[in-house]
Amino acid sequence: MAQVTKEEVDVVVVGLGWAGSLMSIELAMAGLKVRALERGGDRGYEEFAYPKPADEYAYAVRNKVMATPAEAAVTVRYNMSETALPTRKWGAFAPGTGVGGSGLHWTAVLIRPTPTDLKLKTYADQAYKPGILQEDMRIMDFPFTWDEIEPYYTKFEHICGQSGKTGNLRGKIMEGGDPFEGPRSEPFPLPALEDTLNSSMFADVAKKMGYHPFPNPSACVSRAWTNPYGNQIAPCNYCGYCSKYPCLNYSKASPQTAVMDALKRMENFSYEVHANVLKVVLHDDKKTAKGVIYMDAQGNECFQPAKIVVLSSFQFCNVRLMLLSGIGKPYNPITEEGVVGRNYAFLSNGGSTLFFKDKNFNPFATAGATGQMINDISPGNYDGPGLGFIGGAKIHSSQATGTPISTALPKGTPSWGTGWKEGMEDWYGHSMKISITTTCQSYRDIYLDLDPNYKDEYGMPLLRMTFDWKQNELKLQQYLKGIVGNITKELNPDSYSESFLPMDAHFDLTKYVSTHNVGGAVMGDNPKTSALNKYLQSWDVHNVFVPGGNAFPQNFQANPTDTIGAITLMAAQAIKDHYLKNPGPLVQV
Amino acid sequence: MNLKRFFIANVVLMGTGFMAHAQADDAQLIKQGEYISRLGDCGACHTVAGKPAFSGGLAIKSDLGTIYSTNITPDKDHGIGGYNEQQFADAVRKGVLPDGTRLYPAMPYPDYAKINDEDMHALYTYFMQGVKPSAEEPSKTDLSFPFNQRWGMRFWNWAFTSDKPFKPIEGASAEVNRGAYLVEGLGHCGSCHTPRGLGMNEKALDSSDAKFLAGGSLNGWEVPSLRGVAHWNEQEIVDYLGKGRNDKAAVGGEMTSVVENSTGYMTDADLKAIAAYVKYLGGNPPVPAANVQAASTTEAKLTTAKNLSVGERLYLDNCGACHFVTGKGAPGVFPQLDQATIVNAQDPTGLIHTILAGAQQPSTARAPSTLAMPGFAARLSDDDVAQLSTFIRQGWSNKAPSVTADQVSKVRKTLEK
Repeated sequence: MAQVTKEEVDVVVVGLGWAGSLMSIELAMAGLKVRALERGGDRGYEEFAYPKPADEYAYAVRNKVMATPAEAAVTVRYNMSETALPTRKWGAFAPGTGVGGSGLHWTAVLIRPTPTDLKLKTYADQAYKPGILQEDMRIMDFPFTWDEIEPYYTKFEHICGQSGKTGNLRGKIMEGGDPFEGPRSEPFPLPALEDTLNSSMFADVAKKMGYHPFPNPSACVSRAWTNPYGNQIAPCNYCGYCSKYPCLNYSKASPQTAVMDALKRMENFSYEVHANVLKVVLHDDKKTAKGVIYMDAQGNECFQPAKIVVLSSFQFCNVRLMLLSGIGKPYNPITEEGVVGRNYAFLSNGGSTLFFKDKNFNPFATAGATGQMINDISPGNYDGPGLGFIGGAKIHSSQATGTPISTALPKGTPSWGTGWKEGMEDWYGHSMKISITTTCQSYRDIYLDLDPNYKDEYGMPLLRMTFDWKQNELKLQQYLKGIVGNITKELNPDSYSESFLPMDAHFDLTKYVSTHNVGGAVMGDNPKTSALNKYLQSWDVHNVFVPGGNAFPQNFQANPTDTIGAITLMAAQAIKDHYLKNPGPLVQV
Repeated sequence: MNLKRFFIANVVLMGTGFMAHAQADDAQLIKQGEYISRLGDCGACHTVAGKPAFSGGLAIKSDLGTIYSTNITPDKDHGIGGYNEQQFADAVRKGVLPDGTRLYPAMPYPDYAKINDEDMHALYTYFMQGVKPSAEEPSKTDLSFPFNQRWGMRFWNWAFTSDKPFKPIEGASAEVNRGAYLVEGLGHCGSCHTPRGLGMNEKALDSSDAKFLAGGSLNGWEVPSLRGVAHWNEQEIVDYLGKGRNDKAAVGGEMTSVVENSTGYMTDADLKAIAAYVKYLGGNPPVPAANVQAASTTEAKLTTAKNLSVGERLYLDNCGACHFVTGKGAPGVFPQLDQATIVNAQDPTGLIHTILAGAQQPSTARAPSTLAMPGFAARLSDDDVAQLSTFIRQGWSNKAPSVTADQVSKVRKTLEK
């Protein structure tokens, strides 16, 4: 194994998904020499040209564009007294890999959290009497104001060509949009996607019941779009292959469609694929990093010196790299000292499936983000304090795919053979869903650390996830079951089935929920409880920046990508405006 | 300081000042020369991916045999490092090398004859000082008899080229004349867009002849006329050349490389000048007029999707996702099929080739996205493609002859494996 030292660059970017590509282009546009290292391969259009991705078994069942468990396994356990076991097959979540990362195959719901979601701790302290919330809950505020972050949401949404309906324009509530959204400085760049039958039915009933439905904000764009980098995104044709599939039509904003072509033209940017970063190398005083060590495709151990290190791989990979590199003190759930690993959170979903003999939903004509949702049951918008829990959910009827293997069939239909085929013939296209995507709070004993037993192929410990459902989240599920149940009854289907977590539920690693894993290296105002400051800069090693879902102190009901984009752009701006002139901590405490 | 030292110091200062000035001038000239080389698209033929810039070796297949482009880096032994400026200019304008060897007109010297001295000087300076010498030795061109008798080119040149410098069009604006200079000379647009005569010569070399830019044929593709480009406005011409796409069309075939290496680098002013010139030429390219009634009939049939012909069904299954039931595509992203030149060309080769092999938009500074259309060769049979092309050529406002499976088969055989 050869040891190679590469030419020094200004910035090394670890992971070339949304966060890594945005950091790369923003810093390269500022004239810095940027080099990105990506664990997986490159992916050109020829690999997912029409009709190749229309293969449900390859992509949705066999996870064709996800990291393999061998590349990215974690170990999982319910609580601190158990021995964690490694994931050998993806279940509840499935992180991406390769250029584009998870941004290549997301469902593309591009929605902001509410201002309350970002200041949840402040809201909880004001709205809840002491003793109502669980004692072990550790929710925190995001360390910026709405006005500080809003321009970066707007910027990212223009990069993506966000399509939808404006609900709150500079404080003015707009008909048909989400009245609970924070004030926007500009309207949505593009109009909403077309509604499908199920979403119109849901919206009508929800409205009649006093809720406030609005079209899912989407990064599958409704019109041809040229973004601020000059990249083009094509109008969506509702082909039905979004989540877990790369877009065959350039219609979904992804690092590929929105960033990479402009970025690749820049002479001061370069990238290497199959470059697996093992460690950030620190100077002796541990105050700054001098570069990263990675294994290249030929198996050489390479040292890439850099003045700035950006860790922009998937949430738990970022946390693991920090732990492996000694950046920030590891979290100890007993003493609650240390910052890296704390405040891990996942989320839950659920809902009901409604069957109508006489309705034809044409589920194959859809985009991942087509649908209507309500945000009425999100923190601050209903009587959470009276019900004794905090959190909420977006409740939506989406028609994310019409692919056959995932088609819902009524209870009692055989799951294989002739009976299944007959069931498919009778029921394909005759069902719709009402779904919930919930918040998930953070807790003292829900965290990430290095596994003491299991190692990867390089002999480095795997990341260990200690996670299970808490009463707060289960109470929320039960409350949502009632609301979804009422909407379901109002829609009056021929039959329906439900899926909600019971009060004694444990986390089920085997069934897909989403890949919205967050926390573990969170942003905050206090270096004792957060690993990063509001510019995603490590409190301890000031030339290391860690953009990603890892920075969320808990999970909100909105999908994470809009926020990952916004905080990454805000951090890039701070590096350009302040850090380059005066390298050092950007926030003093 | 005595007088002598003062004097020397001043002379030295003046000297360095002068040199710095000269270097700045050279740097400016090199930059200008690089731009001229972009205008002339020298890289398209003399640069091969993976090899040093301008080190040659591109195989240009012609009916006479394969011609390999030469090394034009300033390497003294393998390139053009030994050329003085006059020898360089003669090679570019007349196709004659210092040793008397005559170039084949794959090198567009009949067009380059119009390059003015100022641009030639910049180009020479760039090739001598701005390009890295490379000792790369490209394959030798070795045509069969009688085409290997290069001396014969003397007569060809006598018959078909003109050594007259560029002549401005009287009465036309400075912008139109800038466009004329670019199109007729450096841009060598005529090499593809002007019909060829018996000697494979361009039938006309400037705007004084109506055959100039009137369209031709290249590798079986029908190359459209550039006279007037009646269905596009000036901005659409500017976008097409600068971005490789406009609200109606996207580049395909040989033109992709032209945009990627040449026109994509042109300044806005030069692109506008070209558009102004093309519009000034006027002409009537054979593109069908919009037929609202026919277009809505096709759209309605595809939307209802009942009783479809094979061609219509194949269109919905393979093309509709991007070009839509309207055949209008999406502005700046997916080309319009209704009234498109390539669709309505008398010879369907270009359309068939695009369906079989796909196409990819070039990445340019103005439009970096490399949007691609997949090739359908592996998915559709000759008969499928024939039925599909026939539908496209006769759907909406389009009116072009049907396509046969045999025509498709011929094009399929030319595809690179």
